Amino acid sequence: MANKAEFTEEQGAKGTTLRVSGRLTLSNLEDFPQRLDAIEGPAAQIDITAVERVDTVGAWIIHQFSGRTGAQIIGASEEAKRLIALVSQADADVRVRPEPVNPVVRVVTEVGDATVIALRTLLGLVAFFGAILMASWDIIRNPRRLRINAIVHRFELVGVKALGIIGLMSFLIGIVIAQQGAVQLQQFGAETLTVNLVGRITTRELGVLMTAIMVAGRSGSAFAAQIGTMKLTEEIDAMRTIGVSPIEALVIPRMLAAVIMMPLLGFYATLVSIFGGGLFCWVSLEIPPITFVQRLQEVIPITDLWVGLIKAPVFGAIIALSGCFQGMQVEGNAEEVGLRTTSAVVQAIFLVIVLDAFFAVFFSQIGWI
Amino acid sequence: MDLNAPIAVKIRGICNHFGDQVIHDGVDLDVRNGEILGVVGGSGTGKSVLMRTIIGLQRPSAGEIEIFGEPMTDEENEAQLDLRRRWGVMFQGGALFSTLTVAENVQVPLREFYPNLGQKLLDEIAAYKVVMAGLPANAAAKYPSELSGGMRKRAGLARALALDPRLLFLDEPTAGLDPIAAAGFDELTKDLSKSLGLTVFLITHDLDTLHAICDRVAVLADHKVVAVGTIPELLATDHPWIQAYFNGLRGRAAQSAVDRHVAKGA
Repeated sequence: MANKAEFTEEQGAKGTTLRVSGRLTLSNLEDFPQRLDAIEGPAAQIDITAVERVDTVGAWIIHQFSGRTGAQIIGASEEAKRLIALVSQADADVRVRPEPVNPVVRVVTEVGDATVIALRTLLGLVAFFGAILMASWDIIRNPRRLRINAIVHRFELVGVKALGIIGLMSFLIGIVIAQQGAVQLQQFGAETLTVNLVGRITTRELGVLMTAIMVAGRSGSAFAAQIGTMKLTEEIDAMRTIGVSPIEALVIPRMLAAVIMMPLLGFYATLVSIFGGGLFCWVSLEIPPITFVQRLQEVIPITDLWVGLIKAPVFGAIIALSGCFQGMQVEGNAEEVGLRTTSAVVQAIFLVIVLDAFFAVFFSQIGWI
Repeated sequence: MDLNAPIAVKIRGICNHFGDQVIHDGVDLDVRNGEILGVVGGSGTGKSVLMRTIIGLQRPSAGEIEIFGEPMTDEENEAQLDLRRRWGVMFQGGALFSTLTVAENVQVPLREFYPNLGQKLLDEIAAYKVVMAGLPANAAAKYPSELSGGMRKRAGLARALALDPRLLFLDEPTAGLDPIAAAGFDELTKDLSKSLGLTVFLITHDLDTLHAICDRVAVLADHKVVAVGTIPELLATDHPWIQAYFNGLRGRAAQSAVDRHVAKGA
C-alpha cells in the first residue's frame, strides 16, 4: 500500500517534529492512530505537507494530536485547513455512552417499574372491563345499536377460518394422548382404559384449553394488532370525534364473536381429539370404533361436557378482553403495536390458565369429578 | 456551478416497474460532482424508487448506472463493496437502529468496514460527527426513541456521514419538520456539502429547500426526467407539471420569500 498513512519523527532545535505522509483517510489509516497515540509528546510541530489526501477522520486525528501534545500544524493544504477547522468546531465534550447505573439500583428500579406496570395493567384491564359492561348495558337498552354485520364478519375470522388449524391440532393431540397413555397403561395390562383417558381429558380440559391457546394466538393477537394500528393512524380518534364509541364499534363485536365462537370451537376440538384418539385405539390397540364409542358413553359423565363448555365462553371473553385492551394501549410508534400484540397473547394465555386452575378446583368441589 | 465538473452519478435508460405499473421508463440523469441536485416530482412518480435503484436496493429492469465512473452491478465483490463505502444515505424517518444509541448508530458503518479502528477513536469519531450534524452533545448517548423527529433526522445524517462519503443521498430530509427545524436542516446540508465537498442527491417536496440550497433541480414526471436545470431554467420550460409546481400558490410564495431575502441582503 503506497498510500498508507505514515509518519516519521525528527528531533529539531525546537523539539520533536512529526512528518506525516500518505493518505490520511479512513481506508488508508490502518494502525496509524494507535502509533500516533503511542507518542507521548510534547511535540513542537506536525508537518502534513506530504499528505496527499485527508478526510474528516484524518483531520480529527491531526487536530486531536495537536491538542494533546501542543504541536503546531504546518504545511496544511487549503482542504486540510478547512477540514481541521470543521472538526475543531465540532470538538465538544460529548458523552458517548449512557451514564452507568449502579447494578443494585438498577435491579431495584426495574423490579419497582415492573410492579407498577403490572398493577397499572391490572387496574386498566378492570377499568376496560367496566367500560365494556357499560357499553353492553347501553346496547341492551338500545339493541338496534348492535352491529350485527361486524359481529358476523368476526364470526368468520375468529371461528370459521380457525377450523382447519384447530382441527389439525386437536387431531394430533388426540393421537398423542392415546399413544402416550397406551404405553403407560399397557404396563398394567389396562390399555382399554386409554378410552377413558382420551375421552375425559379432552372433554374436561384439553379440548377447550388448547382451543383457547390457539384462539389467543390467532385472534387475540389480531385484535391487538388491528386496534393498535387503528389507534396509531388516529382512526379511533376520528371515530370518537364523529361520535361513534370505539368500544361499541370495535370491542363489543370482537368480544361477542370470541364468546360465542369459543364454545363451538372447543366442542369441535373435543370431537376431533376424540376422533384422533379413537383412530389410534383402532389401529394400534385394535379397539373397534363401535366399542370405542360405547365405552365413551359409559365412562364420560355428561358433567364432563359441561365442565369443558362452561369454561369456553369465559376464556373467549378473556382473550378478546386482553387483545382489545392491549390494542387500545398503543401509543406513539409502530414498534409499540408489536410489543402490545405480544403482551396481549401472553396475558390472554396466562389468564386463561389461571382461570382454568380455579375452574378445576371449583368443579371438583361441587362434585363434578 | 461548474458545467464541466465530472459526473458523480450517471443514470442511463433506467426502467422500473412493479407488476403492470410502470414507474420509470428510460430515466436519464447526471449528478455532477460537488453539486446539490434536488429531485422533485408528484407523489408516486418514483423519486424514492430512483434513489433506491441508484444505491442498489432495487434492481432496475433495464438501464445502467455509473457512480464515479464505475458501473454498478449486483455482484457482491470487493469493488462493489468499495463503491458502497463512498456514499451515505439518510432515509426519510432516519432509519436509525432502535436498539443502539445515536453514537453506536454512527459507529455501525465504521465497525463494519474498518474493524481495526480502536474503541477510543471510534468514540471520538462518533462524538464529532454527532456535533457536526448539529445535535447537542448529550444526544450521543440517547436512544432514537428519546429523540424528536428533527433530531432523529440529524442523527440519521450523522450516520450517513460516518464513512466520510463523497456522495450523500437525502430522502425528504425536511418532511415532517417545523419550518425553523427545516431551515436549520437546509443550512446544515449546505454547509456540510460545501465544507466536505459533498455531492448531494436530495429528494424533496419542499419548495423552500429547492430555492435555498439546490444548485440544480431534476423533475420526474411521465416516468422520466422531463427537465433538469436551475429554477429559472425550469421556469422557462412549458411542461404543465413544472409550471403548476413552481408557479402554483406555494411555488410563488417560496419564490417571493427568496426575492425578499435577496432584496434585504442587497
